[in-house]
Amino acid sequence: MSNAPVNNGRRRFLTVATSVVGGAGVVGAAVPFIASWNPSAKAKAAGAPVEVNISKIAIGQLIRAEYRGKPIYIVRRSKEILDSLNVVESQLSDPASAEPQQPDYATNQHRSISPEYLVAEGVCTHLGCAPTYRKGDFSEQVEGVDYGFFCPCHGSKFDMAGRVFSGVPAPLNLVVPEHSFPAKGTLLIGIGQGDA
Amino acid sequence: MLANFMAWIDKRLPVTEAWNKHLAQYPAPKNFNFWYFFGSLAMLVLVNQIVTGIWLTMNYEPSGDGAFASVEYIMRDVDYGWLLRYMHSTGASAFFIVVYLHMYRGLMYGSYQKPRELLWIFGMLIFLVLMAEAFMGYLLPWGNMSYWGAQVIISLFGAIPVIGDDLTTWIKGDYVISGATLNRFFALHVIALPLVLVILVFLHILALHEVGSNNPEGTDIKKKKGSVPEAELSKFKFHKAYSEKYDIVDAIPFHPYYSVKDIMGVVGFLLLFCWVMFFAPEGGGYFLEAPNFEPANGLKTPEHIVPVWYFGPFYTILRVIPDKLVGMLGMFAAIGMLFALPWFDRGTVKSFKFRSKWHLLNIAQFTACFIALGILGTLPSSDLANLIGRIATLGYFGFFIALWFYSKNEQTKPVPERVTK
Repeated sequence: MSNAPVNNGRRRFLTVATSVVGGAGVVGAAVPFIASWNPSAKAKAAGAPVEVNISKIAIGQLIRAEYRGKPIYIVRRSKEILDSLNVVESQLSDPASAEPQQPDYATNQHRSISPEYLVAEGVCTHLGCAPTYRKGDFSEQVEGVDYGFFCPCHGSKFDMAGRVFSGVPAPLNLVVPEHSFPAKGTLLIGIGQGDA
Repeated sequence: MLANFMAWIDKRLPVTEAWNKHLAQYPAPKNFNFWYFFGSLAMLVLVNQIVTGIWLTMNYEPSGDGAFASVEYIMRDVDYGWLLRYMHSTGASAFFIVVYLHMYRGLMYGSYQKPRELLWIFGMLIFLVLMAEAFMGYLLPWGNMSYWGAQVIISLFGAIPVIGDDLTTWIKGDYVISGATLNRFFALHVIALPLVLVILVFLHILALHEVGSNNPEGTDIKKKKGSVPEAELSKFKFHKAYSEKYDIVDAIPFHPYYSVKDIMGVVGFLLLFCWVMFFAPEGGGYFLEAPNFEPANGLKTPEHIVPVWYFGPFYTILRVIPDKLVGMLGMFAAIGMLFALPWFDRGTVKSFKFRSKWHLLNIAQFTACFIALGILGTLPSSDLANLIGRIATLGYFGFFIALWFYSKNEQTKPVPERVTK
């Protein structure tokens, strides 16, 4: 072997060149296998925007809609509820909604387009449980506040704008999905204000 | 006739050679105790899982619409379907029981130390794949706890900065856990991961036979060639792969001595296993959880989402850490520490029997913390539970840190040259 007429330079070049071409082939061949895990066209279609009739919600009432399989909480907030947003601010971890958990047009104290309607995913930002709406008895969780959301899984608490209290496992405010009001009494979830 | 047949085979495939090298002439230390049952028991459970798993797929329907009903169909209408399913579900918990005990044996007797680091790493890879296998298998009945358990674990990946959300969508194949998720988990659970598992088990055993088994005293049964007087050598014939390189003392051939002993272990194990399978297949709500008897429902969260018991210790570490990303990193680090155990331990004395009081105390506190973490993982969260969980988490990680410090210059007892009894 040692006497074999070997051109080491050429052999090294061929080894590297073959490896590079083969490696590129492997990467290319991996694309369909990885991409096939993305949501299919059917799944994308099922995730299309949802229209909700909100003309019959009573003041203080929560109704649920479903968008992309997630529960969407829609609450018609009373004056009293909106006032509570001021009261709790010092106990929140992100009162000004600095984290991008909502579209730009909902980056305000009430985290919505109109103060009257809260539209938020009913999915706890800790581990995806559904927080329960505590109507009138939230003071068991936070003193002096009658309305809020309490997650039964690990005890996370949110105010009536879906803002998370500090010192609980959930790190972020509830997600506010893209939404808009194309006509009076109609809420469209999935398409944002001005995008329609 | 038979001899001729074997000779014909052996010329073409080294069957007798492999039998001798790995079983009939494999030198195993003569002082194995009951802790050495759990390796062979893990193999037994693996075979049970594969065989019952194959039979379950014959009637299971991997789809969001049909999965839950097909499991009920197996339970009610298929002849002995209930038995096959309970063998599989009880086997899943039994797998973790024997694997945890098997790992604990290695921890006590220092079986991870040089030269068995790679053997330990293969074992840890098996443990990791086993956890993935169990997690994916748990989604398949498509009960409500299946669904929400998967929701919790998959949403962990959402904590990864930047790519988190896209990654969870990619894993799920949908914006929520759906039939698409179920089908890919099914494919991984019945084909991909079992294949990987079997290959890893094969490598684990090959690596074991290359370095040889440790024993409760941590003494070396392979002595330098020519260093042992003829009269003290083991009286058995061992394969030349071992006896040509070393003088072998205090050893017996694996077969028939330990194969017979392991059958004893199998008998005892099967007694317990069958008792659970026939009289308590739900394992008191720990092996099969109550919310899983209703179908998956994305709009209805079970009151307490608890993982199956065997994930308890790692789940507790995740949830007592107040930050989601750090919690996830902590959980994975807990497993990572185990991988690195051979390098945290800088000592050379293997068995706890000849190591310092500190080591014994450290193992004791680690055991207590691990059990506490496991129990807490199945309980709902509370302030007290979080406090205990945090202390136990410190104890868990503290075990490795402390080990690294004291093992360098540890006061150990002299290790006997030979197995003492």
